Amino acid sequence: MYRYDTKDQRLIDERAAQFADQMARHAAGELSADELRPLRLQNGLYIQRHGPMLRIAIPYGLLSAAQLRKLADITRRYDRGYGHFTTRQNLQLNWPKFEETPAIIGELAGVQMHAIQTSGNCVRNVTSDHFAGIAPDEIADPRPYCEIIRQWSTIHPEFAFLPRKFKIAVNAAGTDRALIRAHDIGLEVVRGEDGEFGLRVFVGGGLGRTPIIGKLLVDFLPRRHLLSYLDAVLRVYNRHGRRDNMYKARIKILVQALGVDEFRRQVEDEWALYRDGPLTLTDEEFARVAADFAPPAYAMVSDVAGERAALDRLAASEPGFARWLSRNVHAHKVAGYAAVTLSLKKTGVAPGDITAEQMDAVADLAERFSFGELRSSHEQNLVLADVRLSDLPEVWRISAAAGLATPNIGLLTDIICCPGGDLCSLANARSVPVAEAVQQRFADADALDKLGKLSLNISGCMNSCGHHHLADIGILGVDKNGEEWYQITLGGRQGNAATIGSVIGPSFRADEVPEVVEALVAVHQENAAPGELFADSLARIGSTPFRERAYAGRGRHIPEKRKAADGADHS
Amino acid sequence: MARIIRNSRVEDDAWTLLPKIDAAADAAQTPPAGPLLLPLDVWLAQREQLLARGEALGVWLDAADDPAAIAADLEHFTLLAVNFPKFTDGRGYSIARTLRERYGYRGELRAIGDVLHDQLYLLRRCGFDAFALRADKDAERALAGLTAFSDSYQGAVEQPLPLFRRRPAQPGEAV
Ligand code: SF4
Repeated sequence: MYRYDTKDQRLIDERAAQFADQMARHAAGELSADELRPLRLQNGLYIQRHGPMLRIAIPYGLLSAAQLRKLADITRRYDRGYGHFTTRQNLQLNWPKFEETPAIIGELAGVQMHAIQTSGNCVRNVTSDHFAGIAPDEIADPRPYCEIIRQWSTIHPEFAFLPRKFKIAVNAAGTDRALIRAHDIGLEVVRGEDGEFGLRVFVGGGLGRTPIIGKLLVDFLPRRHLLSYLDAVLRVYNRHGRRDNMYKARIKILVQALGVDEFRRQVEDEWALYRDGPLTLTDEEFARVAADFAPPAYAMVSDVAGERAALDRLAASEPGFARWLSRNVHAHKVAGYAAVTLSLKKTGVAPGDITAEQMDAVADLAERFSFGELRSSHEQNLVLADVRLSDLPEVWRISAAAGLATPNIGLLTDIICCPGGDLCSLANARSVPVAEAVQQRFADADALDKLGKLSLNISGCMNSCGHHHLADIGILGVDKNGEEWYQITLGGRQGNAATIGSVIGPSFRADEVPEVVEALVAVHQENAAPGELFADSLARIGSTPFRERAYAGRGRHIPEKRKAADGADHS
Repeated sequence: MARIIRNSRVEDDAWTLLPKIDAAADAAQTPPAGPLLLPLDVWLAQREQLLARGEALGVWLDAADDPAAIAADLEHFTLLAVNFPKFTDGRGYSIARTLRERYGYRGELRAIGDVLHDQLYLLRRCGFDAFALRADKDAERALAGLTAFSDSYQGAVEQPLPLFRRRPAQPGEAV
């Protein structure tokens, strides 16, 4: 992974000192609460429902074992011994003390970590594929691009006070696992005709109140132009994005208002000023960064077939291992290796939550079995990317003992879920108890396995941190006269064919949600061809049978089929 | 006399800042003597009379103003300023870079309005070299904000070369 040099370290240290000074000036009455607010947000410090929350950056989801140990240590000493992985691959501490946050930031700097720009109206933590560098369908390793973007965006002098937050994601594989078209800028690493690396640039995607799939801005941007082009895009947005209405302030609204062609024209006009200038990325710089992501020293595995056969033998005698092997173990581009997902979706635990003890256990696993590194995924799980096939039984045993081997990756109970009303002050409704109720309803592991791949995502409000729009079944908390209700969307998809789900009708009470999910799943199972995915059976038979079953016997009027979630009311 | 941050210290400032034209204001009212910092609309409306005064002139742009409006007039100004209606309104950073990098303005570029300690470093990087701190703030105390960081990753006005073009020769110098 990228290792800071003295320059990188000094910047992070100076940022920690600056934040400590800001907090001290606030305490001394020199900096008002309103003046501090945007500054602390850009250091990850929120004030939430019960108090402060600190969001720590995990750039593109990559962590070392030593960093994770430090995070565990921080949660023990400054918080309540656990943390929460978010859908942007970051880690949130829910119970830090306001006045201790500078000390936490200082400790993070000691392990080359920070909380810079994890909130606020600025360029946020860049996200990427959790299988970066090891995916068999990879065109290139996206991490050097991500790190170069991290450095470009960190304390960018011009773009610290944008109209609204700005999220960038990078994908470099055949299958998009980074939701690039749900980002303000989505970058896809591609190769030109002569083999040159470049980027396909999408702009104006995003979820939230107005979910939009990003539009193609440039089909092939040579790699060397990445930073000058990003500067130009941000310049146009910074100058012309709306600042009068925070709900219309994202770049997607500007792109919509101008039309993507006019937006592109304005970007190119700005870009002309910087193109081929000093911002041009040099091959030397790319190579310098890429060297830190060189493949680890993989062993030459001579008998891959034999190791696989041994796994199959264990699977035949251990159904738990068999299930884990089929759900939590993923293909690796190096023969004899696999990636392992450690599930943070055990029933009864808030999705994405992890205790300090589990963090230590994962750090141990990473050190013993995966070259000392791990990743967080936007699905709120952890990934050991480089595990030898012959080590899988041991990894399974240890992770199972730590409560991290729930064999549900990609299944309905692998719920993406925001913290919701239990913690988040923006929430309309709680999301964690709904996730748990659904997980309990689908507790039968065989039935769950038989159902196969199916995504269910939950957001506690329109901000859509739980990515509900992109799930087969999306659940959105809405407020009806002070009561918690849940609106359901169907047919979202992530990946290359990213699709925004459609609302099925009036919302449901919390206690109805598990039954409704069960009804929706039943319609799918009754109609699906073997192996057919939920989104595909829905597309084939239409939403009517799903809606009819969901509302059957509920004494509620089923409205005419509605379009996308955009503009749906909260009834 | 107002005090501003310039040349990394707090200095006296002789300029008179005129507010935007108020429809109800008396247009015939003569501006005070001495150097004038004018809103864009006044400059555009009274350009000839103002030039005839033979005194130093400057224009201040508001966050929504387009710097292109004065691009052809830069020779007339010894001062340009950009107003920050709120410190969280970041348009002025882009205006500053546009004035410096697109239009080649070399004179004093001053940040006015809701200008605070913690923005000074960023403002300086974008080409501002003078700062009229918000009146209720202690300018002496804020000077430290100019040097909050010893370096930056990005290329911008104050240092056009991004850090990657200036890294020490030996890569991977671990810490
Ligand atoms: S979706 Fe809403 S409730 Fe959930 S974390 Fe985001 S802002 Fe909070």
